[in-house]
Amino acid sequence: MDALLNVNEGFPLLSFLIFFPLAGAVVLFFYSEEKFARLWTLLITTLEAIFSIPLLIGFDSGTAKYQFAEAHAWVPQWNINYILGVDGISILLVMLSTLIMPFCVLASWKYIKKRVTQFMFCLLIMQVSMVGLFVALDFILFWVFWEFMLIPMYLLIAVWGGPRKDYASIKFFLYTMAGSVFLLVAILALYVKNGSFFIPDMMWQNYSTTFQVLVFLAFFLAFAIKVPMFPLHTWLPAAHVEAPTAGSVILASVLLKMGTYGMLRFCIPITPDATFMLAPFILWLSIAGIIYGGFTALAQSDMKKLIAYSSVGHMGFVTLGIFVLNTRGIEGSIIQMINHGVTTGALFLCVGMIYERTHSRELSVAQGCGKVMPWYATFLGLFCLSSFGFPGTNSFIGEFMILAGTFEYSTGLALAAIPGAVLAAAYMLRMLQKLLYGTENNPDQSHLKDLSIREITVLAPFALFVFWIGLGPQPFVDLIHTSVANLLDQLHNWQQVQGVAQVLLQ
Amino acid sequence: MDPVSTTANIVENSTLGLAVMIPLFGALVVMTLKNNVNLREAVSFCASVLLFCIVLSFIPAIREGKTLVYTVFNLLPGLSITLRADGFSMIFAMVASSLWMIAVFYSLGYMRAHDEPCQTRFNACFALAIFGAIGVALSDNLFTLYLFYEIVSVCTYPLVAHHQDEEGYSGARKYIVYLTTTAKMFLLPALILIYVLVGNLDFPHDMHTGMFPADTKSWVIVMLYVFCILGFAKNGLMPLHHWLPGAMVAPTPVSALLHAVAVVKVGVFCTTRTMLYVFGVDTMSMLNLGIPTAYFVGFTIIMASVIALTKDNLKARLAYSTVSQLAYIILGVALLTPHGIEGGLIHIVNHAFSKITLFFCAGAIYIAAHKKLISEMGGLGRTMPFTFGAFAIASLSMIGVPPVAGFVSKWYLLVGSMEAHQVGILLILITSTVLNVAYFAPVTYKAFFGKRPEGEVDAGIKEAPLTMLIPILIAATISVIIGIYPNFMMQFVKAVTG
Repeated sequence: MDALLNVNEGFPLLSFLIFFPLAGAVVLFFYSEEKFARLWTLLITTLEAIFSIPLLIGFDSGTAKYQFAEAHAWVPQWNINYILGVDGISILLVMLSTLIMPFCVLASWKYIKKRVTQFMFCLLIMQVSMVGLFVALDFILFWVFWEFMLIPMYLLIAVWGGPRKDYASIKFFLYTMAGSVFLLVAILALYVKNGSFFIPDMMWQNYSTTFQVLVFLAFFLAFAIKVPMFPLHTWLPAAHVEAPTAGSVILASVLLKMGTYGMLRFCIPITPDATFMLAPFILWLSIAGIIYGGFTALAQSDMKKLIAYSSVGHMGFVTLGIFVLNTRGIEGSIIQMINHGVTTGALFLCVGMIYERTHSRELSVAQGCGKVMPWYATFLGLFCLSSFGFPGTNSFIGEFMILAGTFEYSTGLALAAIPGAVLAAAYMLRMLQKLLYGTENNPDQSHLKDLSIREITVLAPFALFVFWIGLGPQPFVDLIHTSVANLLDQLHNWQQVQGVAQVLLQ
Repeated sequence: MDPVSTTANIVENSTLGLAVMIPLFGALVVMTLKNNVNLREAVSFCASVLLFCIVLSFIPAIREGKTLVYTVFNLLPGLSITLRADGFSMIFAMVASSLWMIAVFYSLGYMRAHDEPCQTRFNACFALAIFGAIGVALSDNLFTLYLFYEIVSVCTYPLVAHHQDEEGYSGARKYIVYLTTTAKMFLLPALILIYVLVGNLDFPHDMHTGMFPADTKSWVIVMLYVFCILGFAKNGLMPLHHWLPGAMVAPTPVSALLHAVAVVKVGVFCTTRTMLYVFGVDTMSMLNLGIPTAYFVGFTIIMASVIALTKDNLKARLAYSTVSQLAYIILGVALLTPHGIEGGLIHIVNHAFSKITLFFCAGAIYIAAHKKLISEMGGLGRTMPFTFGAFAIASLSMIGVPPVAGFVSKWYLLVGSMEAHQVGILLILITSTVLNVAYFAPVTYKAFFGKRPEGEVDAGIKEAPLTMLIPILIAATISVIIGIYPNFMMQFVKAVTG
């Protein structure tokens, strides 16, 4: 075990990042005044973001080991342990989930008017489970966080959601639960084989092909629902439309990434043979999702639905990049996960800001608002361009790397994904045109106020990351490169060993 | 050229970054000057003069055979935003920067005389379009080219939709749909596939070798070539030319900018840059890509001229004339002979000055007489002698009559087609010249010698205001000067062909 872990002897940073928001949430039990709750949550999430920066500074991008690792016994009789660690695959996702939270709090400042304290409590609990999930190295611990996260998210939609919140929240809950059940079965099956819940122990083991395929399918179902991959995506538009802004942002930026993170972390190394066997199907499923998401987004008149369907398309690119199984593809996927978090998160914030003003998400109600809100128009324009992969912005880099990886894998497959990029431009420009210009008969928008300082503060960091990743992605790629290279090395070794074994058997 | 001397001639020069920043910065300043219109126009004008001076400052180094480069951002290995000034980029950089000065002056006259709304946005987007055009001219690799190409598409959208009426929106929608769809559909995969094959996207430093390693499969190169020709839809090649007449709804200075400087020239510049520097003359002749391309664009030349004949709206006729003239440029390069390439590239310059004159005239006629249709312009030349005089000169250039600029390009194109032993191309060029006469001559003839439409009173129509007339005359004069002294611009073209 130690060969894989760079055990952290000093301050247990990862545990701190998990339990600090929990402690913050407990305080809200005792002081539940609304104004205090807002400020307190902002403080806690900001501190959490600041405390996560040492993680980035101390991260050694030269090794594929799990760093900042902590290992303690938890339930020794079943060999369940409390093991944490980050590597190149998870580091950016951890950073994304800590950095995005203060902005979610700021975005809910005026939006949430009832049960403010409880809302803030839910946000803090979300924070706990998001960080925990990405750093957990014990499968039971991972599963606990995976399930734990459902509850605050369910509440965010069911309590503070829109008119169809009951439908949306229950659909979200049922879909994700259905996936988790299979996930648990797969975890237990792996435990029976290995006698350990330590995730790296389960990787690269000689399971039979049938076993691998079954485990893979169980994993895949759970993760594909979370991503969501076509045709398991139908919970997403409903959840996005009804969720409050902060809920949508968390959902889009972090929760969806848990699915693709799971595919990278579990599917490939635990069930490599099944991965090779089933990858072609998943690739074409991704293409279907990209095209389907694009066409559906093009037909929406509700802005949140539009962005929700665009997520289906964008996440299709991410799964495409993962399952071409080469360096460019997988690195592109991880970068694209971050990009999607930044851009789509920002787009949901933008929609939320319009909703606070017009109390509608319909394009026809908001059309032409750009004329009286120049700052809003600037930010929205930037994020829309970023979303459809305008060169020089973050998503371009992600799509570029993923498509380069796909071209290495198969020219036909890559060409099949291209219409998705065209559709992305089409629906984003359509939305932009409607909001900035509209038609000759726009509703009177003169009463709308342009963005406040608070709102500009919320959007500006997202804009910074759009350009930062868009114009200087190399430092981000360097962070993840060693881990991805290690994963692929092992995968190719595995393939060779299996090839030799096949020959020997014959 | 041996590699040692090539690298010795590459000079790092950060002024290139400044050249690109000036229009961008100008646009940002213009946006803040909504309430001070005179200052706003002054800023635009100063920026254009500054840009022109900076572009001029590159000339000595280019004359010495040097290539200036400047890396702005390094994104990934082999993927960077890098600027370059060589002979080829100077052709377009000179055109874009000098015409910006003239266009700023003209649009000031037009927009104020016509009392157009949203002039701040107009000025800012105008500067942004030039930002894109200069960036395209100075790009050192395919990614930078693509980046600025897309910037031009997006930044000219508000210009096309300027009037914000149903007609404006539908024209602008067509415009953006054609341009972004083709770019995403063809250019993006071509870009990525070339990156996968070659490992970088940097243009080589001469037009012969191209980028591809020797073992690249020929069907892949042919596919990429087709993608690149179709992807740069701003080049107006049929059948992807419909956006261009659609964009005619924009105010005339925009049409002038679109047709002479920013948009279509960006399209042909990108097309020819990729033909010569991505694929290279050697690869293209080896795979026999040149002559089929020449015939393919030859079809556009003839068809567009025939359509132009049928148009009574002056701007629409000019639009189809542009479609046809742009194809000349690509045709010249596709001949792959030195004279053909020179003829094609010099036509970028010649067409720019002549076509901007024609559009300026169309705008002046509209402002002074409120007329768009050619059939109503009978006798108008007698009241607006300067405007129609300039129009006549510029149409002579389009037809290719000495000593106006267009003659030079047509001469080289004809020589090039003979060098390539292509009688068919020669016939296309001659036929199109006849068609040019057929659709340009009647306009001038009617204006000077035709009758006034019946029942129209003379009073009220005067020559266009001076702020418009001066740029028209300058542009017309330059058209003549570069016809008589073509060598100033030819030196850059010769630097390309060696």
